[in-house]
Amino acid sequence: MTAVPHTAPPRRSLGLGRVLTYLLLIVAALFFLVPIYLVFATALKTPNAIELATAWHWPARLNWASFAEAWDKVGGNMLNSLFLAVTATILSALLGSLNGYALSKWRFRGANTLFALMLFGMFIPYQAVLIPLFQFIKSLGLYGSIWGLILAHVVYGIPITTLIFRNFYADVPDALVEAATIDGAGFWQIYARVIFPISIPGFVVVIIWQFTQVWNEFLFAATLTNTSSQPVTYALSQLAGGQAVSWNLPMAGAILAALPTLLVYIVLGRYFVRGLLAGSVKG
Amino acid sequence: MSKDRLWAVAVLAPSVILIGIFVYYFIGRTVYVSLTDWGNDPAQALALDPIIRWVGLQNYSELFSGFLQGRFRQELVNTLFFTVFFILGCLGLGLGLALILDRNPRGEGLWRTIFLFPMSLSFIVTGTIWRWMLQPQGGVNQAPTLLGAPPSTFAWLSSNDSVLKFDWNTLPLITASVVGVVLLFLAVGAAREGNRVRTLVAAVCAALLIGWAVFVGPNVKLLAAPELHGFNLAMIGIIIAAVWQMSGYTMALYLAGLRGIPEELREAAKVDGARDAQMYRFVIFPLLSPITLSAMIILGHISLKIFDLVYAMAGPDNIAASVPALNMYLTSFRQNQFALGAAIGTILLILVAFVIVPYLANQFRGEEGHP
Repeated sequence: MTAVPHTAPPRRSLGLGRVLTYLLLIVAALFFLVPIYLVFATALKTPNAIELATAWHWPARLNWASFAEAWDKVGGNMLNSLFLAVTATILSALLGSLNGYALSKWRFRGANTLFALMLFGMFIPYQAVLIPLFQFIKSLGLYGSIWGLILAHVVYGIPITTLIFRNFYADVPDALVEAATIDGAGFWQIYARVIFPISIPGFVVVIIWQFTQVWNEFLFAATLTNTSSQPVTYALSQLAGGQAVSWNLPMAGAILAALPTLLVYIVLGRYFVRGLLAGSVKG
Repeated sequence: MSKDRLWAVAVLAPSVILIGIFVYYFIGRTVYVSLTDWGNDPAQALALDPIIRWVGLQNYSELFSGFLQGRFRQELVNTLFFTVFFILGCLGLGLGLALILDRNPRGEGLWRTIFLFPMSLSFIVTGTIWRWMLQPQGGVNQAPTLLGAPPSTFAWLSSNDSVLKFDWNTLPLITASVVGVVLLFLAVGAAREGNRVRTLVAAVCAALLIGWAVFVGPNVKLLAAPELHGFNLAMIGIIIAAVWQMSGYTMALYLAGLRGIPEELREAAKVDGARDAQMYRFVIFPLLSPITLSAMIILGHISLKIFDLVYAMAGPDNIAASVPALNMYLTSFRQNQFALGAAIGTILLILVAFVIVPYLANQFRGEEGHP
C-alpha cells in the first residue's frame, strides 16, 4: 500500500486544477502563436537563408528588406483596400444607422418579416449572385473600378449593419422618442437630436466590423476588379500563389496585409468582440 | 399612417430595393442562367449577344452524373466532411477554452486576445501562413526534429489518399436511407408527443423511402462505372487552419454564455450537493445548448461557402483539395462556363438555405405581432 501524503484534499485538488488550467492555456496559446513566430522568422530571413529544413530557426541576421520589397508589390493594393474599406464602411454605417432607427423606433406592420428577408442577404453564398452581379457592375461601366466594389460591399453590408443598429437602438428607451414626439419633433429631428448623438458605441461596433469584413474580402475582389483596382487580399494571393517565389516575400506581405485589421482588433478589441457576438443574430 | 412612419418607410425603401435587386432578383437570374446552356459553347460565352438556349436541368444532371464533372462530386464530398470536422473542431476547442477562461485565470484579457486574434485576419492571410506551415518538407513536418525525432513526411496539402470511401453510385441509396431513418425518428418523437397527423405523415414518408432504398435503390446507377469518393486527407490541413482562425469565435460565444449564467444557479447546485462534473453536466451544458446551435448554424454556413482559404492554401488547381465554391469561381470566371457555374452557385445556395431558413424563421416567428 502506498503512503498517501496527508494534505487536505480540496486544497490540493484546487492547486492541481490551477496548474492544469495554466498548462492547458499555455498549450492552447502555442497553437495560436506558433504560426506567427514562423511568419516573422521567415519574413526576416534573406531569401537564400530560407530552407525548409531550418524553417524553425530564428534568422542569424535580420533582413528587413523583405518588407520594403513586399510593399513595392502590394503597397498600391494596400492603398486601394484602404480607400475601399473606409468609403464602404462609412456609407454602410450611415445606411445601417438610419435603417436600424426606422425599424426599431417606427415599427410598422410587417417590419419584422421585411427585416428577416433583408437578413437572408447576409447568409447567402455570394457565388449564387456573382454572375448577375458581375454583369450588372459591367453594364454600369464600373467593372475594374473601385466604385463597383464599393457598391457591392455597401449593398451586401446592409443586412449586418442594420441588424447591429437595430439591436443597439432597441436598448434606447422608447420614452425618449415619445417625449421628443410630444415636444413636436419629427422623424428627422429625433434622429439628429436624440438618436444620432447617443449612437457612437453602435457606430464603433459597426465600423470595426465592416472595415474588417471589407478589408478581408476576397471573392468580389477577385471578380470585379482589374490590375489597377485590386485590393490587397487579391494581390497577396497572387504573391503567395507562385511556385518559384521565395517565402520571405509572401510572409512579409501577409504581415502587411494583416496589420490594419490586427491593429483595429488590438486597440478596440472589446468592440470587435461585441460585433462578433452581434453577427450571431439575436433577433 | 402618420407622416413619421411614412418617413421610416421612405428611409428603408432604398435598402429594400437594393436588397431586392442584389439578393432576390440576382438569385432568380442565377437560377435562370443555370437552366440554360450559356457558355457551354465557348464561342458563345463572351459574345456580345450570346445565343442562349433553355436546357432545363441538364447542367445539374451533368454535375451529379456527368463523366467530366467528377471534380465537382469530390468537392461536394469534401465540403460535407469539411463542415463536419470544422464545426466539431471549433465547438470542441472553443468550449474548452471558454471553460478554462471561466475559471478566472490571471491575465484573462491577454489569453482572450491570443485566442481571438486570428478572427481579425482574412482567410487569404491565414491561408498564406498555413500554406507555409504545411509545406511538405517544412514547418509542421520539421517540428519533430526540434525534439530530435526524424521529420514527418505527411503530404499535408497534396495527399491523394482518402478514407471513408464510398461509391458515388450508391449516393441515392445512402441519401434515401439516411433521410428515411431521420423521418422514422421524427415519427417516433411525434408519436410520443401524441401528434397523430405528424406521426402518420412522417411514418408513411419513412416507409416509402426505406422501401425504395431496399427494393429500387440498389439497381439505380448514376454513372456507368463505379466512382469512389471519400474524405480526402489533403483537407486535414485546411480544416486545421480554419479551426485556428474560427475557434476563437466559438470561445467568445461560449464565454458570453457562461458569464450570463447567474451565480445563484451554480450556488444552488452546490448546495444541492452537485460536484463540479455534475454541475456542468446537468446545469451548465443544458444552458449552453442554444449557443451551440447558434454557433453550428453560423459556422455551418461559413464552411459551406468557404473559398478563399482553400484558394490560398491548396491553390486553384488542386483537385483533391477543392470545394464547390472555388469551382464555381473557376468555372464561371476562368472558363466562362456561366451556366454550369450558376448551377454550382444554386446548389450552394440550396445547401446554405437548408441551414439558414429554418433558423431565421425561428428567430422571427415569435416576434411578429409584438409591436
